[in-house]
Amino acid sequence: MESWILPLITLIPLLGAIVLLFIPRDREDGIKLAAIVISLIPLVLSIFLLVDYYTRYIPAGGGMQYQVTLYTIPSLNASYAMGADGLSVPLVFLTTLLTTLGLYYSRHTIKKRVKEFFFLFLLLEMGMLGVFVSLDYVLFYIFWEIGLVPMYFLIGIWGQPKDRPRYAAIKFFIYTLVGSVAMLLAILGIYFETGTFNILDAAAAQPWAGNLTVASLAFWAFMLAFMIKVPAFPFHTWLPDAHTAAPTAGSVILAGVLLKLGAYGIIRIVLPTFPTAFNHWALVIVGMGVIGIVYGAFICISQTDLKRLIAYSSVSHMGYVMLGLGAAAFGISRVQDQNVANSMAMAINGATLQMFNHGLITGGLFFLVGVIYERAHTRDMGQFGGLSAKLPYFYGIMMLVAFASLGLPGLAGFWAEFFTFRGAFDLVTVWAAIGVIGIVATAGYILYRIIQSVFLGEYDSTKVAHWTDMNNGEESHEPTDMARFEKVVMWPLVILIVLLGVFPNLLLNFFNQFATEFVRIVG
Amino acid sequence: MTVDTLRLLLPEIILLLTGLVVIIIDLITMRRVNDTVLAGVSIAGMLLAALAAFSLRGIPPEPVTAMLAVDGFATFLMVAVLLGMSLVVLYSYDYMKQYGKNRGEYYAFLLAVALAIVLAVGANDLLMVWLAMEFLSITSYILVSYLRGNPRSSEGALKYFLYGAVASSVMLYGISLIYGATGSTSLNGIAQIVSGQGAIEGARALGFTAIVLLIVGFGFKTSLVPFHQWAPDTYEGAPTPITGFLSTASKAAGFALMIRTLIVALPSLSVDWLTVLAGISMITILFGNLVALRQSNIKRLLAYSSIAQAGYILMGLVCVPQVGFQILPFSDFQFNGINGVLIYLFGYIFTNLGAFAVVIAIENRTGKVEVKDYAGLIYRSPWLASLLLIFLLSLTGIPPTLGFWGKYFVFGAAIQIQFYPLALVGLIGAAIGAGYYLNIVRYMFLMPADDDEKIGVSRAISVALAVTGVAVILLGLLPSALITWATESAQFLASL
Repeated sequence: MESWILPLITLIPLLGAIVLLFIPRDREDGIKLAAIVISLIPLVLSIFLLVDYYTRYIPAGGGMQYQVTLYTIPSLNASYAMGADGLSVPLVFLTTLLTTLGLYYSRHTIKKRVKEFFFLFLLLEMGMLGVFVSLDYVLFYIFWEIGLVPMYFLIGIWGQPKDRPRYAAIKFFIYTLVGSVAMLLAILGIYFETGTFNILDAAAAQPWAGNLTVASLAFWAFMLAFMIKVPAFPFHTWLPDAHTAAPTAGSVILAGVLLKLGAYGIIRIVLPTFPTAFNHWALVIVGMGVIGIVYGAFICISQTDLKRLIAYSSVSHMGYVMLGLGAAAFGISRVQDQNVANSMAMAINGATLQMFNHGLITGGLFFLVGVIYERAHTRDMGQFGGLSAKLPYFYGIMMLVAFASLGLPGLAGFWAEFFTFRGAFDLVTVWAAIGVIGIVATAGYILYRIIQSVFLGEYDSTKVAHWTDMNNGEESHEPTDMARFEKVVMWPLVILIVLLGVFPNLLLNFFNQFATEFVRIVG
Repeated sequence: MTVDTLRLLLPEIILLLTGLVVIIIDLITMRRVNDTVLAGVSIAGMLLAALAAFSLRGIPPEPVTAMLAVDGFATFLMVAVLLGMSLVVLYSYDYMKQYGKNRGEYYAFLLAVALAIVLAVGANDLLMVWLAMEFLSITSYILVSYLRGNPRSSEGALKYFLYGAVASSVMLYGISLIYGATGSTSLNGIAQIVSGQGAIEGARALGFTAIVLLIVGFGFKTSLVPFHQWAPDTYEGAPTPITGFLSTASKAAGFALMIRTLIVALPSLSVDWLTVLAGISMITILFGNLVALRQSNIKRLLAYSSIAQAGYILMGLVCVPQVGFQILPFSDFQFNGINGVLIYLFGYIFTNLGAFAVVIAIENRTGKVEVKDYAGLIYRSPWLASLLLIFLLSLTGIPPTLGFWGKYFVFGAAIQIQFYPLALVGLIGAAIGAGYYLNIVRYMFLMPADDDEKIGVSRAISVALAVTGVAVILLGLLPSALITWATESAQFLASL
């Protein structure tokens, strides 16, 4: 079990996808149920992983566990090597959780080309999980690319026609492809420099430690791939299109997990492998992060489309991750100073917390946008108003998740922002101060755009003439509150948001060991 | 010549005999023989020859005659090309049914083409290089023009012929320059004289001119920019199976000739050809991809895409291990460029022929060859659409397909010699390539179908699709054996 769990977690979605191919096309409910049941297996395994790592390895100091090398290809010098540490375990859980919720939600909302949808969704899950647990560059790259094609189709086929899904899909694909080919070149460069494809060994070998020019080249090649995925300003332009066009479950996975792949890559590969080059360029990264925070937040204020607003809020929120990581990298050259070292660990903790919490919160927000879109068939916030009286349950959940998004203390989002800014203020004071503008603007768009314009005010029954009742699919003139399946999807997320808001240590224990260990090694 | 040497010539002998058998069967049955018999015999002959070539892969490299070498490099390409050619026969069997009766010679010509390529990959003497090239060209001209009633077919053949005639005469001039300077036509002999202490100054001075002239010839065959102008019209006009052949096996032969001539005969003039080819490679990648972006006819699109692919293959040759243009022994390197070329060619032959199988299947049933006719293909034939998707992903170079490993090894070679500009051009080209490959995917999967009629697939094409599809995926997932084989094969070339 010990060493097989990671290959198992990654392979089950693939096997499940293949199983789906053998179910006849017209047995739609069978396909849906099979996909959901299959996705439960990796979910259960990842919960086991979470508990096991927390109880067994965290008291012992964490580190890379469950390591396994299934086979090695001598002609490539690459191996099927996997492992998980405090950084990957929570992200694996996030992936499996959001996949199961996404599949369950789609069971009720995906009506066309069902077999393909569930097949691609499981394939996508495999790609994402593989990235989080690969310890070999070639394997990492292959998993990284596997997710590309399913996501392309999820956006292109099931997107709403008026959102130009085909354009969004190709844009997503080409942006990501450019980044990943650049990454492939850098991976090959690392291989020639260090002689290994093992991610940890390569980091330990510190490629081009004395040659800043080449190290910078490789650094930027990796950063291009990861920043496009994050996406950091100015590589974010694919994101609003893709998010807006994608079906609800696709947006959830896109925001909840795919964006984290980029941030994960920066933490797993760039930060340990190129500390000097990262330190050299840290302020550029910090700058991009802060511009992303502020710019993203202000764009949100001016949005009229609710889904596009949430999409841009991802640009803003992922900016925190860039700010935290950039700030930590900026501290590398002064790591001997104990205060700096502490701030670096805090900044990394903040960035990693933000990754996880953003997955929960924005995943939740996209589900909630789906809730209202499935009813009203519009996302134009000008068409709404006064929904708090009509949809109190929906209003309550939305309030909680939206407030978590703006960083209300007591909810999960707060701790991420707190740690990021606590670390960043010490390391890059001015930039962090500018970043605070973004927090204010976030409060602005959450309160003014989402809460006020959608839920408060008077309900005007002339604006949206037809509401779909999600319980039975019938049309009516009055909106109906959340259906059971929508509640089932939201409650796990709500519980986690509150739980991690009250007990942030549950999650922080995972990340903190990784962060302190990194700071120790750099020092 | 002993029996042992004859064993080395087994692939050639098998192909020659099969060709004769096909013609004789056709004649003694007064041309009333079933098509299936002719195609079956041809495929059997090619597979047998491939098997013979495969059995020779491990033998120590030795020139069979003064003109022909049998080594790992040659046998690897023989196997790849002969497998590809047997697919072309399968396609033809399906395609040619609609075009009249006299097909005996058609299959004989396909076998002759295969023989020409088998000779080309082993050609170890400039005369043999030129003869193999001419043999290949002349048989190809005939095959391109085979649809006699079709003006496009004739136009394509005429263009191909005119360009080919010029290119081969230019190349012959280059060969005569080398012969004049060195007094030898044997590749190994030339290598000794050019690199020797007593190298005639003239040899070096003439070297650059001769190399450029040779490259014109090779560039024509492999459709490198700027010697590619014939390709789109010829590809569009030729019978589609022949287009498949021209873009894969014929190209492989051109690359084999180019690589052996340059690496074996002229390594000491590498500074000349490496620089010229580096430029050509960049231009070819960019130009091929950019022009492919504008194509609406799928055959023309694949034609331009195959030009771009040739640019990537050339990357491998440009990025052989080197220090200051001095070529280093391959055995010290995991990425020696030439193994990249071999893996790329192997993957490309199967991928591109797979894509052509889909094109032929659709053309046979609907007669349509425009990209827009592929709209909603997923509803009309999920298998064809899914397979074409896999082939297009392989052409783009997305793992885990076979096409990825080719790109991986040529990019690896470029990074290894730190030729970053070329790698960057490759990156840009890959992004542009994704644009037009995915455009086809967009039509197939995201657009509604104009016509609900299902597209059936003949048995021959089904077999071809199964073979190529399985090869592209399976070898993409488990590339180890292929990589080892290609790497060993490439080293034979250098040790000559």
